[in-house]
Amino acid sequence: MSAVARANRLTPYMFLAPAAVVLVFALLYPIGYMVYASFLDWSPSQRIGQADFIGLRNYANLLTDAAFLESFWVTIKFAAVVVTLEMVIGVGLALLLDRNIRGMSLLRTIFILPMMIAPIVVGLMWRYMYHPTVGIFNRTIKNLGFETGIPWLSDSTWSFIAVVIADVWQWTPFIFILALAAMQSLPRSALEAAEIDGATEWQKVIMIKIPLMMPVLIVTLLLRLIDAFKVLEVIMVLTNGGPGLSTEIVALRIFRTAQEFQELGEAAAMSNLLLLMLMALTIGMFMYTKIQEARTARMLKAAQQEDE
Amino acid sequence: MAASTTEKQNPAFYALLVALVVMSVGPIALMLATSFKMNVDIYDESVSAFFFTPTIRNYETVLCNVLWYEPAHVDYCDPTFGRALGNSLFIAIVSTGLTLVIGCMAAYALVRFKFMGRGAVSMTTLMMRMVPPAVLLVPVFGIWTFQYGLDQSHLGIILVYTAMNLPFVIWILQSFIVQVPIQLEEAARMDGANPVQIFFMVVLPIIKPGLAAAAIFTFRIAWNEFLLANALLGRSTRTVPVTIVNSITEYDIDWGVIMATGMLLAVPPIIFTFAASRQIITGMTAGAVKG
Repeated sequence: MSAVARANRLTPYMFLAPAAVVLVFALLYPIGYMVYASFLDWSPSQRIGQADFIGLRNYANLLTDAAFLESFWVTIKFAAVVVTLEMVIGVGLALLLDRNIRGMSLLRTIFILPMMIAPIVVGLMWRYMYHPTVGIFNRTIKNLGFETGIPWLSDSTWSFIAVVIADVWQWTPFIFILALAAMQSLPRSALEAAEIDGATEWQKVIMIKIPLMMPVLIVTLLLRLIDAFKVLEVIMVLTNGGPGLSTEIVALRIFRTAQEFQELGEAAAMSNLLLLMLMALTIGMFMYTKIQEARTARMLKAAQQEDE
Repeated sequence: MAASTTEKQNPAFYALLVALVVMSVGPIALMLATSFKMNVDIYDESVSAFFFTPTIRNYETVLCNVLWYEPAHVDYCDPTFGRALGNSLFIAIVSTGLTLVIGCMAAYALVRFKFMGRGAVSMTTLMMRMVPPAVLLVPVFGIWTFQYGLDQSHLGIILVYTAMNLPFVIWILQSFIVQVPIQLEEAARMDGANPVQIFFMVVLPIIKPGLAAAAIFTFRIAWNEFLLANALLGRSTRTVPVTIVNSITEYDIDWGVIMATGMLLAVPPIIFTFAASRQIITGMTAGAVKG
């Protein structure tokens, strides 16, 4: 075999090698390392070899740690509230705005702005707006004649609401854009058939549009749910988890455990738990798409057989 | 569908549209307005949020060490931000470039030499999307500090961002490369081009839109990221998000200056959004909506 042919055969490996090297060294190895570190009693000044192996004690500590359980609960609550609100508003808006209007692309461009801007800056903007004296919300409330403003970031209920509002502002457009894209790829024939049968707008939405969009909506929901567990910067800038632990989601707690309390082993254990939870969600999402694909394939086949 | 005819809508519909636009742009506009406000005006209740005498003082304070003149009102020039801006630009640009080159090569090999199916790659992408940066915090800090010796350096954080973005970039580029007609490449091969030449001279020019989408996503992540930058970078190598967070944890927040800083951090993503919203939406919807 000539040297040229051999070089050609090696080409694919040459092309793949850099990506493989980077991914192994900077992604797979760290994640594996984290799994190992979660069994160690480890502070940042120590090399990992010097840290003591303590088995499952980090996990045991976590499960009895009231603060961690609280932040776990806050995370679930935050993700559930935020995703529900965003789905309802986003899909609702997509249904309303699914029309032939001029400037739709400009509108979509404007809607994606909040997602493109750094989460740190989003947090900053909202923190300014929630500010007790200079913030626009409390100024407006006072101008309307009320004596006291709302304690946006200093009351535990209100700060949770404040964090939710900021997240809804930032991420509803994501759902809106996906839902709109799904809606515009719906088969016209089904809708036309419904129109001929005299279906009202509502009936069309409930009986045709929503069911047909379901696969996309569920994937969107799962994507958003995964992202909701990862939110950190906005909340950190807004409340830093406070007051008390009312807005301290797990990602933020990991950050603080590592940074402020210097408990790397415990932070790794938390990271592992968070990762397991997200993995369950992702696998669920993957399974769902696979099942959907199989179902569509079956239905297509059945339809073809009928034709024959 | 005839897209040329636009239907007439009732006024309530337009009211809704206006309300939505105001809601989504409002906070950004407020930040922009505040960044041109004197602190006296910010604290004065009688001054309206949007109508006031604008000043560029805040920007001068922030950028004092990169300006060609010395602003009169700055007594002490704090070089933190100017330096951070340079760091941010360097890190974001280098890691974007690196990710694109490496990702492009890998995507090409995966498509043309049929290594793994698209299924395997989209699985990895999805898995990667799942990993929160917070989870990478501990291991990356430990390994970069004690094993690689890359803490406090630009190279270390560039490596992290490249790895974080690679799966997505490979995935999105794959879908563009699949559409490149194989005949073109065969014709080039007939003319005696080797695989490397074919890749750079035939394939790359065709997949430019895909490259644009991938570049925007990578740049945005590297530019906006806080958590890992905060853990890995030292005083002189810090990026803008880290400096912003450092200055708000202080007791007294200088709103005018910090809004100017935030605005400067927000400008590149805003420009990208207006320049390439179509590509961004493609990247965003890819995976969820087939098409």
